[in-house]
This record gives sequence, structure tokens and C-alpha cells, in this order.
Amino acid sequence: MKSFKEKLSERVFLLIALSTLSVLALITVFIFIKGIPIIAKVGIINFVFGMKWAPSQGAYGIFPMIVGSVSVTIGAAIVGVPIAICCSIFLAEYAPAKLRNIFRPAIQLLAAIPSVVYGFWGVLFVVPMIRNYLGGPGLSILAGSIILGIMILPTIISITEVSLLALPRHYKDGALALGLTQWQTIHSLLLPAAKSGIVAAVILGLGRAIGETMAVIMVLGNAVALPESVLDPVRTLTTNIGIEMGYASGEHQQALFATGIVLFVIIMILNATAQYITRKR
Amino acid sequence: MRKKIVTCKLLRRIRVTISAVILILSMGILTACSQAPESATIIAGSTSVQPYAEILAEEYMALNPEAVIDIQGGGSSAGITATQTHSANIGMSSRALKDDEKNLWNVEIAKDGLVLIVNPRNPIQNLTSDQIRDIYAATITDWSQLGGTKSKINIIAREEGSGTRSAFTELIMGEEEITPKAIVQDSNGAVRQLVADDPNAIGFISLGLVTDEVKALHLDSIEATRENIMNGSYRLSRQFLFVTDGEPIGLDKKFIDFTLSSEGQRLLINEGLIPSEEGAEK
Repeated sequence: MKSFKEKLSERVFLLIALSTLSVLALITVFIFIKGIPIIAKVGIINFVFGMKWAPSQGAYGIFPMIVGSVSVTIGAAIVGVPIAICCSIFLAEYAPAKLRNIFRPAIQLLAAIPSVVYGFWGVLFVVPMIRNYLGGPGLSILAGSIILGIMILPTIISITEVSLLALPRHYKDGALALGLTQWQTIHSLLLPAAKSGIVAAVILGLGRAIGETMAVIMVLGNAVALPESVLDPVRTLTTNIGIEMGYASGEHQQALFATGIVLFVIIMILNATAQYITRKR
Repeated sequence: MRKKIVTCKLLRRIRVTISAVILILSMGILTACSQAPESATIIAGSTSVQPYAEILAEEYMALNPEAVIDIQGGGSSAGITATQTHSANIGMSSRALKDDEKNLWNVEIAKDGLVLIVNPRNPIQNLTSDQIRDIYAATITDWSQLGGTKSKINIIAREEGSGTRSAFTELIMGEEEITPKAIVQDSNGAVRQLVADDPNAIGFISLGLVTDEVKALHLDSIEATRENIMNGSYRLSRQFLFVTDGEPIGLDKKFIDFTLSSEGQRLLINEGLIPSEEGAEK
């Protein structure tokens, strides 16, 4: 027979666990209730593929922002993924324990820097560099890609490193015993074996990039037009909400919630893909 | 079998717990409602007016310690809606009232000038209204077309819904639209910072917020000064309004009277605004 105290504490923990779930449910329901009416009114095709965003004239097309989100996220992947994977190979396979103990906390610290600080650094350092050396307004896809590429490093590095370290010890021992060099072992055995973990790491990193708001508001320029080069300003789905929520009311506000729905769906797909890939292993 | 019983038990527990949560939440909401202050004036609306209203309220509450004035942002449209639905006593607007809002009682508390700004390194001193419209409609795209050095114009605008943007659209753009390729920033300060950093940029901000980092352009050869806005020769200005649902009474009226008094107007002038005509009459 469980004592009363035991039962009570079980209940209390259950209650607290449920409260986190209910917050998720509340937010989801709220976003959908607020956003669905405008999608129904404008039509989902016109909303998602519409080229013109001018709420004061009743035009609600978010296609340029979807292109913005996708291009900045791909840019962040090009900047961040190679660095992150090389870094985690170094940490998992090459680095002596001493060095690893310096690297790991330093990378964790990178995750602890608030995004507004990244954005501020971007505006004062990255943007003027681009403007002076490459031309254009500086606020651009390139600036956003560089900032986001750095911001997703900790996510990708830590998950990739964990999946490399999780490989059975005898894989590596066997390969080395057969006379493979260390690079051959990493390249032809460890990386393919840890592939699903690495892919999941990249997808989670990209999920972080596509959801980032504050830093990109500051460096992207937020123009609602299709970009022609990486030096053009763009607006992402998140920045559309962030930059206009202050003044939005009525349909305009609903349209921002609807932007949130599209973002929500994209991130759900990304996370589900990452989960599926890791489970399949 | 045993597993099933455990699951049933767990389900029942979850159900009981959820009901408990709902009960607690509803109690919380009830208490929150009953605690709403009775004699406070709530002012909500334009974030352009908000900082000035805060200064006025601070001064008013210092003079009348029993008064409670609560200032919230939200934007002009939100403030007007809040006034109509009585969730705010006074609404602040930095744009003119639309036709379906004209039934609200309103008073101009001050005027604010809008200024086109460029980088100090830019040789241009003066632009005509037509040139500015063409720049923002992207029919003029290079500074050399305006007599400056050859380089692409980086256009900076404010976000949709901003009172500053709608005043600019109304006074300069007319039927034309601001090009979607314009860079969008969400505050006067951010626009000023970009223009200060970028020799090819042009932007528009409140007159009161112009600093040495940027150069204020003359509009149709008229300098943006308080005098020129008051005598009407500088045309790029907008009203800051207080709106109420019906004639203001009680604390609402006292606060509006204070705003329009010479004392209230002096506070606004010190902050870089232009006194309202109705205030000047008193």
C-alpha cells in the first residue's frame, strides 16, 4: 500500500508535467483559431503563393517570405554545416582530452549568447563589411546566413559528436587493426555509420535557423520582395511577425498569426523528419 | 490484464488532474477580474505618441498623487479599437481617423514633423516631393539621377501598420506604392542608425529624433523647422491625437485639459514636438 505522501507527490509531479503539455496545446489552439479565418478568406493558395504583402490594401501573400526563410536557412546550412561537422569529428576522434575540455564548454557558451547580441554584432560588424567590400545595402541574405550559420553551430556540433561517440568501440578498433589510417576509418566507416545522427543534427540545426527571429530582424533588411542575389534584403516568416505585430490589428493581426501557422507546419515537418531519421536507426 | 488496469487508473488520474487544473485556472481568472482598479485612466495606442504621453502622465501624477494613469502601446489602430470597445479610456493615434472612426471625440495634442534623412556624406541637400515619391516608388534608383554621385539608392521604410509609414504614404506617395524592395525597419531609431552607417541610404523619421549622425533634407527647398511646420510651409507633418468615446469626463477630461494647457504643451515642445493649435488658443 502506497502511503498518502507517495500518492500526493505522484499527483503533484503529474500535474506539473501536464501543465507543460497544456501550454503547448493552448498555444497551438490559439494560433490556429486566430489565423485560420484569414486563410479561409484569402484562400490557402493565394496566401501561401501570393506575391504581394500589403495589409493596408488587403493583400496578404507570403510567398516572398517563404523564399526568404528558405534561402536564409540554406545559406546558414552552407556556412554552418561543414564547420560544425569538421569540428565534431575533431572533438570526437582527434582532440586530446585536455583540448576537448576547453572546446566543449566554449561551444556551449556559443549557445548561451542571446540572439539579440548576435544580431547587434551582425549590424555593427558583418553588415558594414558586406556593404564596403561586396556592395549593396549590407542588410542581406548573406549577412543573415553568416549570423545563423554561427548560431546553429552548437546544436549541430553537440548532436553530431554524441552520435559519433555512441558508435560501438569495436568498429574503430577493427578498422584500425585492419591497417586503415585514422582518416580512412573516419571517412569510410564512422561517418556512414553515424549518418542518421548527423542528418538529424543538421535538420534540428536548420529548425533552429528557420525559427530564429531577433537576430535576423536586425540583419536581413526585411524587404518583402523576391531576392535576386545573396546581397539583396529579404524578409523571413518569423521577422514578418516580429516586425509588424506592434501595430497590427484586425485582419492584419490574423494574417500574422496565419504566418505563424505556416511556420509551425514547416517546423513540425522538420522536427518529425529528424525524429523519423533517428528512430529508423 | 494488469497493464490495462494500470492504464485505466492513470487515465482516470489524468482526468481528475485536468479538472483540478481547470478549476484552479478559473479561480485565478475570477480573482484577477475582481482586482481591476476602479478609478484608473487607461491610455493605449500609437507607439509614436506613447513616450510623450508617458512624460505627460508622469508630470500629472506628480501634481495629483491620487490619480492613476496607465499608458500602454499597441499602435494607433489598436488604441482606437480599444477606445471603441472601452478597454481603454483614451486612445492615442498618430494617424488621421478613418471615416468609420470619425464618431469618436478627438483632439490634436501636438504636431510632429516627418523628415527625410540621408547620410552626412551624401552631397544632396534638397529634394522635391515628386523626387521623393519617385525614389520610394523605385522609378528613380540611382543618386546620379538626382545630381549625386553614381551609386544605387538604398531605400529604407517603416513597417506596414506604422503611423509614421501611413503618414508618409498619405502625404508623399499619394496613389503610388512604396516599392516592396525597400528595406523595412521597425523603429525611428533603427532607420536613423542605418542611414548614419550607409552613405547611399535614405529614410524618414520624426523631426524630434533627428541627430547629428544624419542629415535632414529640405523638402521643396523648405527646411524642416518648428516654425515652418506651424506656418504650414513645410508640408510633411502629422497630428498626434487623443480620442475618447463621447465627450471626456472625470479624470480623462482633467488629463486631456492638462495636456492642452500651456504647461502640458511646454513639456511636449521640450521633447521636440510642435504645439497643437487648440493648445495654443488657450
